[in-house]
Amino acid sequence: MTGWTPDELMTVNAARALAGARTCFVGIGLPSAAANLARRTAQPELVLVYESGALGAKPSRLPLSIGDGELADTADAVVSVPEMFNYWLQAGRIDVGFLGAAQLDRYANINTTAVDRGPDRPEGRLPGAGGAPEIAASCGAVLIVLRHSTRNMVDRLDFVTSVGHGSGPRDRSRLGLLGKGPVAVITDLGILRPDPGTAELTLTEVHPGVTVEQVRAATGWPLKIAGTVAVTGPPTPAELAALRAMKAA
Amino acid sequence: MAELATLREAVAELIHDGDVVAMEGFTHLIPFAAAHEVIRQGLADLTLVRMTPDVVYDQLIGAGAARKLVFSWGGNPGVGSLHRFRDAVENGWPHPLEVDEHSHAGMANRYVAGASGLPFAVVRAYRGTDLASRTSTVSTVTCPFTGEKLAAVAALNPDVTVIHAQQADRAGNVQLWGLTGVQKEAALAARRVLVTVEEIVDRLTPRPGGVVLPGWAITAVAEVPGGAHPSYAAGYSVRDNGFYQAWDAVSRDRDTFTAWIRDNILERP
Repeated sequence: MTGWTPDELMTVNAARALAGARTCFVGIGLPSAAANLARRTAQPELVLVYESGALGAKPSRLPLSIGDGELADTADAVVSVPEMFNYWLQAGRIDVGFLGAAQLDRYANINTTAVDRGPDRPEGRLPGAGGAPEIAASCGAVLIVLRHSTRNMVDRLDFVTSVGHGSGPRDRSRLGLLGKGPVAVITDLGILRPDPGTAELTLTEVHPGVTVEQVRAATGWPLKIAGTVAVTGPPTPAELAALRAMKAA
Repeated sequence: MAELATLREAVAELIHDGDVVAMEGFTHLIPFAAAHEVIRQGLADLTLVRMTPDVVYDQLIGAGAARKLVFSWGGNPGVGSLHRFRDAVENGWPHPLEVDEHSHAGMANRYVAGASGLPFAVVRAYRGTDLASRTSTVSTVTCPFTGEKLAAVAALNPDVTVIHAQQADRAGNVQLWGLTGVQKEAALAARRVLVTVEEIVDRLTPRPGGVVLPGWAITAVAEVPGGAHPSYAAGYSVRDNGFYQAWDAVSRDRDTFTAWIRDNILERP
């Protein structure tokens, strides 16, 4: 057994995926943990943007909500919610958006609205869209973090809340969505990236100790596998220490 | 000029059964005390409007005050589901809840349109999603200059907007600071505006990033120290994250929830 949890593995790899980003729009939960970890390890200059209005927040501990007071207290600027969504996000000023998903399909479209639970049960209610549709539309690139299972990685979404690559490579420009869309899906088993030609998610990396077969079995569609599947580098002691210190604070 | 009133008087005067009521505050400055007074006065059939329903609307929905919810993200931030909201949508308890559902950008811009006296606002992100399939308040417009197709979202003009702020002066001018969210737009979009404040002061001191709403744009101001708890008011209190975490267990069960409302709201004026 390894010295880290699947969630830590996912968070560390999500933090690494931010390499090169200058600004990051951060949702709460795993995305916030990953973005804050990146700022504490490889990218001390990373600008964290929280939809509550904090531009350039520098929290000393991991916030529970996107509106914790410390985010505003440590920010470069605090703006209203309409300003955040219109001037900063929709206008394309943010490099990377980080999203979670309840359901994800092979073109990295996201459902966070409702799930079908079968004919005898009412539709299962999820929190809804939040800022995800506009993060998915307007950030320069999108990273998605979620736990890998056939329940989450599905053949067909019950509801399209946020557009990844639609139904193929030309859909984003047809829909007028400005950013590149999802460039990586980081799970607790490995990393999927859209095929440059077809935009379909393809397994490019597995985490240490995970087999391609395992990933295939946890995916709800016939998963495309890259010619060479790399193995992600194990979390370093420095990454784990920073992550654990942040969570404990 | 805003009338200075008690919370009980202001709610009785400004909010009526069947009204469209927006209570805003993006995690910060959520007007919990006003919502509790709405429950205490037994108001019903409300259309509740709020970007993030949060625990405050979970309480109103579970207490039976709402007929419809207009929103964009219905979770307990960092904790999980809003169980009363889910129970109402999935099982119709305590009665069915109609929903009109948007994204954050959509909701924010619906208020902007409402505050601007325009019938709709334009946003980019809805195209390609299923959001338009469940609401009549999203459509498509073509830009008359470029021909680009964009989403149109209908203006929101609540009967009443309720917000919480740090301070008001005796003329009813209000100042809020910290994360100021969408409160200015929600207030200016509404026909009537109720503001609860931590404190009434002789003079407002300008604060960096502060939003000032003149008293003549507000209907009533009520002094309610701690009126945002378990949310918070920067400079006065911190967010009670423990309450939000504990709410998960309180709200999961109908009887536990009902007892909580009785003990903490109905029997505590």
